[in-house]
Amino acid sequence: THVKTLNGATLKQSAAHGGCGECQTSCTVAQKCENNH
Amino acid sequence: MVHTFHCLDANIAVDVNSGAVHVLDQTAYDLLSLLDGPMVEHCPDEVAAQLPQYDRESLNCAWEDLYQLQQQGLLFTDDTYIDPEAAVLMQKDAPVKALCLHVSHDCNLRCKYCFASTGDFGTGHRMTMNVETAKKAIDFVIARSGKRHNIEVDFFGGEPLMAMDTVKATVDYARSLEKEHNKNFRFTITTNGILLDDDTIDYINENMSNAVLSLDGRPEVNDNMRPTVNGKGSYDVILPKFQKLVAGRGDKDYYLRGTFTRHNRDFAQDVIHIADQGFRNVSVEPVVGDAKYDYTFKEEDLPGILEEYENLARELLDRDDINFFHFNVDLTQGPCVIKRMRGCGAGCEYVAITPDGDIYPCHQFVGKEEYKLGNVYDNTFDMDISRKFAGLNIYTRPDCKDCWARFYCSGGCSASNLEVNGDMMIPNRFGCDMQRKRLECAIAMKAHRAGMV
Repeated sequence: THVKTLNGATLKQSAAHGGCGECQTSCTVAQKCENNH
Repeated sequence: MVHTFHCLDANIAVDVNSGAVHVLDQTAYDLLSLLDGPMVEHCPDEVAAQLPQYDRESLNCAWEDLYQLQQQGLLFTDDTYIDPEAAVLMQKDAPVKALCLHVSHDCNLRCKYCFASTGDFGTGHRMTMNVETAKKAIDFVIARSGKRHNIEVDFFGGEPLMAMDTVKATVDYARSLEKEHNKNFRFTITTNGILLDDDTIDYINENMSNAVLSLDGRPEVNDNMRPTVNGKGSYDVILPKFQKLVAGRGDKDYYLRGTFTRHNRDFAQDVIHIADQGFRNVSVEPVVGDAKYDYTFKEEDLPGILEEYENLARELLDRDDINFFHFNVDLTQGPCVIKRMRGCGAGCEYVAITPDGDIYPCHQFVGKEEYKLGNVYDNTFDMDISRKFAGLNIYTRPDCKDCWARFYCSGGCSASNLEVNGDMMIPNRFGCDMQRKRLECAIAMKAHRAGMV
């Protein structure tokens, strides 16, 4: 009744399969993941 | 840690460690704002007593919803990503995968706020990079990039269009080595646009995956801060050139990149003005400068700037045709948490190379001799300095550890910290306050666009 969830625990989920390092260097990191992890 | 805030008429809660975001009604918002740690199953009497405006049944109902989120791992989650002791080693010996190539230490504008001292980075020596040095830089990044496939090179300056022969030779040389070394080069360019002609526009649109085009906004705002060498305004010269470039850009990235200063704290109007000239992708960002300059913000400016960000967000709710860089936060498919923990990568993943072949941690450190990492001609690279930068992240900076925005900003900018506080470890608080407000606006806009407000 009182809460609508806009976004789930996506950070936690990304920890399991992220970190490939192939993404663009930021030069505000919150950029794109280009490998659709 | 949970951060609650009210923005654009929305009550929002961010669960910092999981990335979950919730839109709350007033009862749940008031309740959650009182809590600073994990919830017990039923609403305690002492909490209910602090909210006498609500009947107990409403509070119990809201509490139950929030408690359910906690049980689902969407509220008051722990940071289990890394042992803080290991954080200092997180980027140790990281491969270099991005270059800021200073092909020119000269410029045809005299922007008042230029951190490059109008092009020569304070050296008094204006020059462009020769092709040999540029090739050495490409050899350097190939050798230092390890197994990384994607490598980025940003042509920067000064004004890079003053060295187009070097730019073209660099692109050709890098492309010739891609297959042999299993690399994919992506080139970007940052330009003031003065020297753009049809041939250069075509070249950029064919070869640059991103083009950053400098324009501050309304004509009087731009021309006050971005005069030519002769002291004349630059707006009328560059606007039609940028329009022509973007018209031929297809689906490739570009950003109209402006800087706002103390002189245009109504910068939302500059964002709208740029967009109204036909540019969808706009980034107008706050100046960072020494307090002695009249364009640098003063402490008393902060509330007005934060209010202006919210004004801009409210205007953009009705403007789907504008992509404002700092409100562009992808909650569902943004960078992985590992990337967010690492930060910008300056000094380890990302370095700047000058026309002389000197290597610095990033473009904003160029000219600061104590931070020079080495030179591409003698193959030097000071790992002690690199590791110092590698150890700068959201776990090692004390102020970041307690900040709700740490996984969004990833620790901010070392150069900005050094400029303002004289210490890379101490975040620029003024910049942090703006950053947090931008993120709140971005998340609130998401809630609106999802129909949750």
